[in-house]
Amino acid sequence: MAEVEAEVGVEKSGFLKWIDDRFPFTETMKAHATEYYASKNFNIWYVFGVLATVVLVIQLVSGIFLTMNYKPAAAEAFASVEYIMRDVEWGWLIRYMHSTGASFFFIIVYLHMFRGLLYGSYKKPRELIWIIGMMIFFVLFAEAFAGYLLPWGQMSYWGAQVIISLFGAIPGIGEALVEIIRGDYSISDITLNRFFALHVIVLPLSLIALVFVHIVALHHVGSNNPDGIEIKDHKGADGVPLDGVPFHPHHTSKDLVYIVGFLIIFTFVMFFAPDMGGYFLEHANFEPANMQATPEHIAPVWYFTPFYAILRAVPDKLWGAILMALSVLMPLFLPWLDRSRVRSIRYRGWIYKLALALFVVSFLTLGYLGMKPAESIYVLLARIFSVIYFGFFILMPYYTTIDKTKPVPDRVVYHG
Amino acid sequence: MTDDVDRNRRHFLSVATAVTGLAGIGAAAIPFLSSLKPSARAQALGAPVEVPIGSLEPGEMIRVMWRGRVVFVVRRDEGMLSRLQETRDLLRDPDSEVVEQQPAYAVNETRSVRPDFLVIVGACTHLGCAPLPEFEVGPDKLIQNGGFFCPCHGSKFDLAGRVYKGVPAPTNLVVPPHRFVRDDLIMIGVDSGAA
Repeated sequence: MAEVEAEVGVEKSGFLKWIDDRFPFTETMKAHATEYYASKNFNIWYVFGVLATVVLVIQLVSGIFLTMNYKPAAAEAFASVEYIMRDVEWGWLIRYMHSTGASFFFIIVYLHMFRGLLYGSYKKPRELIWIIGMMIFFVLFAEAFAGYLLPWGQMSYWGAQVIISLFGAIPGIGEALVEIIRGDYSISDITLNRFFALHVIVLPLSLIALVFVHIVALHHVGSNNPDGIEIKDHKGADGVPLDGVPFHPHHTSKDLVYIVGFLIIFTFVMFFAPDMGGYFLEHANFEPANMQATPEHIAPVWYFTPFYAILRAVPDKLWGAILMALSVLMPLFLPWLDRSRVRSIRYRGWIYKLALALFVVSFLTLGYLGMKPAESIYVLLARIFSVIYFGFFILMPYYTTIDKTKPVPDRVVYHG
Repeated sequence: MTDDVDRNRRHFLSVATAVTGLAGIGAAAIPFLSSLKPSARAQALGAPVEVPIGSLEPGEMIRVMWRGRVVFVVRRDEGMLSRLQETRDLLRDPDSEVVEQQPAYAVNETRSVRPDFLVIVGACTHLGCAPLPEFEVGPDKLIQNGGFFCPCHGSKFDLAGRVYKGVPAPTNLVVPPHRFVRDDLIMIGVDSGAA
């Protein structure tokens, strides 16, 4: 009798029942939090998805408040950013939050993607999660690129000039396409206006929709783990995976600690080094856009530089653009390039470990080279590391086949 | 009842509905896509500009804006013109064979209407940066025979805007349509043929 009452008390009374009869609130909470089971041996690499969501919220909130004072017009944009920095109460904080957030978004997303490479998170049955994730990455690129034009500084203008010109390399339709992107014969007030529309409406909406789909797909197949095994294969009598713990409260409370740690680092950068010595905010951008003179040294923001280095490594306009586009697209094909029988790096052989190490070195080195002037030694190095970068993907079907793997355990393993 | 379903008819109606719907979406997309093209105002601002050149001395260059882009007007002196011959072998397209890069009347040795006056768009044909004039000559200079150097990715052009071999820019700098209204006045944006 008491049991029945208790059950009635939890599920069938009051306000919650009224809601649940009309909207699957309890059901959704169970499916995605309290009864969503994720592996109990998650390590720090499994926090970046949550952190990316935190930064997305930071960007949305700070962005909304920036639009209240920013003017998307060539004649006023630069001055309105100065106005936000100097005259709007706390405006400097909101803007630095947004600009620091942009760089942190990429740091977190790159680490999140690297986690996928470490533990084979893109492998069957998680191919679609990976592909949706890559789409998020592409939209994030477009979002960051459109946002960078808005302050209408020298680097905003010439950076956009270079990147938009890349589309002109497409044979036949290139020039017409460039004219439609700019809406003018050069980058102008019209371009700024439409990039603003893209940056604050089109792309953020797409981003939110894609993040939603990314999580729905993840919760459908279940999270991977550092052992790369399926926890659903070993369930208890109650149907709950033996190695799984409910996402809420177990993972959420652990993630909360990471979030606080992250915010400490984030706020430190925001307050003490918002320009990060010219890496997060480029110094040339503190000058208003000047259509008559390109800055002496032009480089994109750090998160674009690995791909930019590949563009410059090629002494041909069309092939440079093609290889740069390919370098961004390559990871899309990972689920099919990787032929290894195991997911996690814990059970892979030395060949994959070496290949991954070389890939990381080439990615970081290309990132460094992309910031340097296009002089002979840097271009030569960029060529060498571009070959390694592409080699990681193109040779993958071969080396993951011959690589000796170790036996995979049935149940998850703890390390340390 | 289910036996009465005419599947052919149903299939035809489904396809017809889908096609009509797609045609409607296609038609509705036209105004949206067209709105992305340069507007009437943008086109009007792209109108021709007049450039007085009476005070330009030999060896000097001025920058003017046309369609939001920089146009370089250079009055080349005798030395500059004679050096155009010396660079031929270093160039990718010395005879201006890529037709889109200049009007027909600028397909000549100097890529210009009058030999001394060079009129070129100051946008690198690689990725659109503004090249810098490097008119000083000598073996230690960036461009030995003088020309234009793009600081972004290191492309080089000679004093007729012709691209060097082995640089990222694929083609010569663009010569915009222009004509001499008077001896001391150039109109940029219209061809010689137009009134």
